Amino acid sequence: MFFLENHLLSFMMIMPLIGAGIILLIHHQDKEIEKRNIRSVALFATIVTFIMSLVLWAGFDGSTADFQFVEQYNWVGEDIKYYVGVDGISVLFVVLTAFLMPIVILSSWESIENRVAEYMIAFLVLETLMIGVFTALDIFLFYVFFEGGLIPMYLLIGIWGGVNRVYASFKFFLYTLLGSVLMLVAVLYMYIETGTTDIPALMTQHFDPNVQNWLWLAFFASFAVKMPMWPVHTWLPDAHVQAPTGGSVILAGVLLKMGGYGFLRFSLPMFPEATVHFAWLVFALSVVAIIYTSLVALVQEDIKKLIAYSSVAHMGFVTIGIFLVNTNGVEGAIFTMLSHGIVSGALFLCVGVIYDRLHTREISRYGGLATNMKIYAVLFVLFSMASVGLPGTSGFIGEFLVLNGAYTYNSWIAFGAASGVILGAAYMLYLVRRLIYGELDKDDVKAMPDLSLREKLIFAPLVAVVLWMGIYPNSFLEPIHTSVSSLIETHFSSPAADHAESGMADAVE
Amino acid sequence: MNGELPSLLPILPELILAIGALALLMLGVFQGDKSYNQITNLSVVVLILAAFVMISYVGGDRQETFGGMFVTDAFAVFTKTLVFTGAAVVLLISGTYMKDNNIARFEYPVLVLLATLGMLVMISAGNLMSLYVGLELQSLSLYVLAAMNRDRIRSTEAGLKYFVLGALSSGMLLYGISLIYGFAGTTDFTYLADSLRTGTDAHVGVIIGMVFLMAGLAFKVSAVPFHMWTPDVYEGSPTPVTAFFAAAPKVAALALFVRVMVTAFPGLVVEWQQVIIFISIASMLVGAFIAIVQTNIKRLLAYSSIGHIGYALVGLAAGTQEGIEALLIYIAIYLTMTLGTFAAVLTMRRNESMVEKITDLAGLSRNNLPMALAIAIFMFSLAGIPLLAGFWGKWFVFLAAVQAGLWPLALIGLLSSVVSAYYYLRIVKIMFFDEPAQGFDGGHGKSISVVIGVAALINSPVSYFLLIMPLVAAAGWAARSLIF
Repeated sequence: MFFLENHLLSFMMIMPLIGAGIILLIHHQDKEIEKRNIRSVALFATIVTFIMSLVLWAGFDGSTADFQFVEQYNWVGEDIKYYVGVDGISVLFVVLTAFLMPIVILSSWESIENRVAEYMIAFLVLETLMIGVFTALDIFLFYVFFEGGLIPMYLLIGIWGGVNRVYASFKFFLYTLLGSVLMLVAVLYMYIETGTTDIPALMTQHFDPNVQNWLWLAFFASFAVKMPMWPVHTWLPDAHVQAPTGGSVILAGVLLKMGGYGFLRFSLPMFPEATVHFAWLVFALSVVAIIYTSLVALVQEDIKKLIAYSSVAHMGFVTIGIFLVNTNGVEGAIFTMLSHGIVSGALFLCVGVIYDRLHTREISRYGGLATNMKIYAVLFVLFSMASVGLPGTSGFIGEFLVLNGAYTYNSWIAFGAASGVILGAAYMLYLVRRLIYGELDKDDVKAMPDLSLREKLIFAPLVAVVLWMGIYPNSFLEPIHTSVSSLIETHFSSPAADHAESGMADAVE
Repeated sequence: MNGELPSLLPILPELILAIGALALLMLGVFQGDKSYNQITNLSVVVLILAAFVMISYVGGDRQETFGGMFVTDAFAVFTKTLVFTGAAVVLLISGTYMKDNNIARFEYPVLVLLATLGMLVMISAGNLMSLYVGLELQSLSLYVLAAMNRDRIRSTEAGLKYFVLGALSSGMLLYGISLIYGFAGTTDFTYLADSLRTGTDAHVGVIIGMVFLMAGLAFKVSAVPFHMWTPDVYEGSPTPVTAFFAAAPKVAALALFVRVMVTAFPGLVVEWQQVIIFISIASMLVGAFIAIVQTNIKRLLAYSSIGHIGYALVGLAAGTQEGIEALLIYIAIYLTMTLGTFAAVLTMRRNESMVEKITDLAGLSRNNLPMALAIAIFMFSLAGIPLLAGFWGKWFVFLAAVQAGLWPLALIGLLSSVVSAYYYLRIVKIMFFDEPAQGFDGGHGKSISVVIGVAALINSPVSYFLLIMPLVAAAGWAARSLIF
């Protein structure tokens, strides 16, 4: 066990790859048996990874802000290392990733019939890369994982996606690639200036404020596209609508969080002055995003598009929270990201359920599902409420913390963000009314059966987590807390940030 | 020279190649075209023998012979190894194509050997004269190779076009050389470097001569604005010959470019750096934007190679040892990508004849998944996406550029790589997303499959764990041997 514990993160990354390797070897006369074996192997590999992530969580010491489960080996020359580890900011993202993967595999059990092996391999490779992003402590390694994830996602959207999948996959790929090459330039610069790619070492570097602004913008270009922030969010609705259900879940659940994680890991600790300098820009874009995309969501005719726009709005909360750089704001942002990962993932799965039955995502083609799909209706309403931020669900805690943090900083930002909560309630309730309630007058809708056992199995853990996060958020906030405090401390200990602190000093207290 | 025979050890691999080529030519003349297979195999043996002799007997220490005309050092060993690899692999994958098109003539392997000999001399040039001789030996062989399929109009057109434009570039090169000789009084790289270093300001005539020399060399590496011949020649030449063009001569001409600039004109670095920066940017942009509209895969690869030469030249533009190292890493990786891609193009046969449209690849993943995966690896690698070898090449050249303070160059390069990602992605899209077209004929021979497999393995994420450290070490070793 000692060996396992010392290399836990590497094992978590290798496990999905082993699964993918086994899938490559599976051949059987009977194609149906072959597919079943492939799915089982994928499920098994992801479940083992998830169990390891629970070991990680259990073994994580929340009382220190240091990186834990660290592994470090020389890689290219003296400077670039294979260096992984987790702190309070990243540990739960790793757990989230590992948690969503078995669910995604289960959800594609029946809906993916073509090229099952390739589908599963793409997901397993993607899991390795996502865990890599959240654990990398070397900036080069981070970049490799961050951008490498584009390839499996491109294939997932392009091969198993909807009618306009080619357009969506190209847009997704090129948008994010454009963002990340700008980050690469910044990475190159930082490496040359400091002679190291070690993230903890870079956090203690102090860059000249003028340089910081450029570096900040380069990183911002990448993370803002990934988040996505208004106005570079337009790839997201396309990608979501066209992606297969599993792809949407991972996209909303994990990939969008990479942007927020990047802000926390790089922008805040490494460029504190620039962060203060550009905070207004982030706030402005976020408030616009919250209000504008909520309004856009209100008029959508396509369920997935609606949820995709709501994701952009939720990410607006996250960016506000992060750039407040106070405890409530940052913890709220992380909590919102975790919650959104679960809730939007669950909502996309809900869409997947009815899409599998009727093969349309048009809202007007449904109605009155509460009559014939009772369990489904309950679940859908629950997740919608969580998305709206009803107390008792996970969505409430994050939004509350962010709004609270925003209010201590500037009441106008809080006002703008809060209006998003109202609009959010509007579009979600409107969606629920059109899908779940009303007359059950369409014959094909009437014929839709309620959830199967497999589907119930998929939703059960999601429901549990949504309620757990809403009722006892401390089990999620505790591991985060020390790292966030230390992040905020280092941010404000930077010499030049002092003068900019006037407005924020109260918030930190 | 005192009438003594100069030391022949440094030039031993070239001698083996020259004697081997002539012997095989005799053999071919006596036996006729039926000996094609035999001569091809023997040519590969000659290449391997010469490479073996070079690595184990000549070694990486700096040696000069023929009064400094011919220089060998670690840099030469590194780049010559790439040239040998390119030539041998091309000979191995040519067989089926040459037979299908009835051009399996014994001259082909012999010409490849002679062209390779020219390249080796280019790489080892220590004097403007040996530079020119090597370059012309290479070029003349290549002109004939381009027109190898003499019954086909496209091929003869390609050969003619290549010849006329190549002759023009040789003229420019010679004119440049004569200007340099006229104003500096020497053609030897070392003396040139000394005279330019000690003098306060280089004579403007030398600079003009150098610019003409660079124009000639830019033509040989097909850098913008001297790239015009590339798409037509790539398209018109028989595909194995195109593969050869894309691999070996590019490496050799780049190596020569580096050697001339670094060892003969180190004092003029400020002057030539500007020119290199310009052609590098122009090549990257042209390679990225014009490739988008191509429908023929060979033309697309031509523009892609123009773009890649632009990236490689970023390393030279940096004008530092790190830059040269990065350039060497880049061309080594590029060689594996391009050989793999062309080997894959050679399998595009349908009803006994070659197809060259990109859309012919439609749905390849359904018909032949391993092949589609291999091509996808090459495409993502050419696009420079992390997890594949091509990203390493980009990382090192742009690292060198930023180290040298060339911010705009790095930024433009990275942005153009996003544009070029579009057309590489399009090929992946056609293979994986589109409805399958009729499958390709099999029977392209085992050696092609092996080449594709090995190249795909080298470019796959395996490179992250196993290959890149030795490559960086070797490139560093090679780059250090150039005198700065």
